[in-house]
Amino acid sequence: MIRFEQVTKRYPGGHTALERVDIDIARGEMVVVTGHSGAGKSTLLKLLAVLERPTEGRVLVGGENVSALKRAALPYWRRSIGLIMQDQRLLFDRSAFDNVMLPLSISSHPPREAAKRVSAALERVGLAGREKAMPVELSGGEQQRLTIARAIVNRPQILLADEPTAHLDDAYARDIADLFRSFNEAGVTVLLTTHDGGLFERYAPRRLSLAHGTLQ
Amino acid sequence: MNWLRLQMRAGLRAARQMLRQPFNTLLAALVVGIAAALPATGYMLLGNLQRLAGTVSAAPEISVFMQPAASADTVKDTEKKIRALLAKDGRVELISRDTALKRFRDNEGLSEILDALPENPFADAFVVRLKDADAQRLEALRSELSKLPEVEHVQLDSDWAKRLDALIALGRQALTMLAGVLGLGLVAVTFNTIRLQLLTQRDEIEVSRLLGATDAWIRRPFHWFGALQGLLGGVLAGLLALVATRMLAQPMGELAGLYSLEFVLRPLAALDWVVLLALCALLGWLGASASVRRHLSRIA
Repeated sequence: MIRFEQVTKRYPGGHTALERVDIDIARGEMVVVTGHSGAGKSTLLKLLAVLERPTEGRVLVGGENVSALKRAALPYWRRSIGLIMQDQRLLFDRSAFDNVMLPLSISSHPPREAAKRVSAALERVGLAGREKAMPVELSGGEQQRLTIARAIVNRPQILLADEPTAHLDDAYARDIADLFRSFNEAGVTVLLTTHDGGLFERYAPRRLSLAHGTLQ
Repeated sequence: MNWLRLQMRAGLRAARQMLRQPFNTLLAALVVGIAAALPATGYMLLGNLQRLAGTVSAAPEISVFMQPAASADTVKDTEKKIRALLAKDGRVELISRDTALKRFRDNEGLSEILDALPENPFADAFVVRLKDADAQRLEALRSELSKLPEVEHVQLDSDWAKRLDALIALGRQALTMLAGVLGLGLVAVTFNTIRLQLLTQRDEIEVSRLLGATDAWIRRPFHWFGALQGLLGGVLAGLLALVATRMLAQPMGELAGLYSLEFVLRPLAALDWVVLLALCALLGWLGASASVRRHLSRIA
């Protein structure tokens, strides 16, 4: 389903984030990418979400070269994936409900159906009843759950998460890891990065290790 | 239908954004309103002045006063001569001294004073109305009429009405220029408001792009924001013009009364309101559109 073919990413200034990376990920697979800071984990996800373009090589999804998508096609591609960024990017002046509603507003869902989906997504991540809460009123773990709810509300087939358990204590981190496992069991292809590979070991996912931009 | 639904949702989002900052919204609308109120009030006043001018003939008019002692035969003879001079360029109306006396008595309420006079102080007079004539022709005609026997005085009556017409035309030109400059100001105000809105909503725009928002989806509420702000400013401008009408109605009525004119200051008509609101909304939309086009590309 997802294929990185000889992908190299060099940033202006000469820093090479990825070097000739080849990866194949099957539909419904759960892949955990580990590595130290600067290993190229985030770049890998950004290339798949087309937030960055490869310097060389290509990224294919379902046979389509997404790294060559035109600018006008990018929004529609991004709507089809669930993206969880390391810095969460929640809107702090909006309620939990409105934060999760945003992707559905963007894709012009009818308001009534959208509201049902938002409630279902919040329930799915354990935030039922917190619809009116502002992000600042939520704990770190709850904020991460809110980000996940926003990522899954469009029912994507691919879920990308960049360090979803960073800055969380062990109990919260395990809860989040369980959530990703449950999405994967529901058939969603999950690709996530972490510097704590041990956290996901009990689910026996496929594990990829990056160091200095190359697969180990 | 889908387009309409998208526009309606964007309009609602813009309205919600405005309601979130009521003070800022009101302040910006007030700036727009004051800018638009000046030409709107000017337009309303000019319209009234034009209506007033319409009640007074601006066509060239010459009054020919006979000597008080002129006989009826002389008056008839003079009328024939005037008609001959005019050919088909105009018409002549005789206002006899009795008619003049009656009109003066009716209009001015000075009957007691007139009664006290030993005889009718008015002379027979002719009002000569020309279809059209340039200044040279008028002057030549006046000279010809002055030479007629027993004509005491010849007076060109249309000068002040022409001057009023010229002033109105000048006022209209000045108003158009003022409206143009203030319209540009309105666009600039909206441009800046939207620039600030874009900065305020930078996070939301970035997140929306990550989640798959198209540029059109991001732009749309800002366009609506500009148009709604313009519309609100237009409403305020109309209300300010209405207040001006109320305040000026009485003194203008009194002034017109001094010239024996019946005059009621009329506020903006329904169609004027529609044009004012549409123009303000359009200028707001233009300012927003220019601002979004310029600044959105800078938000990654």
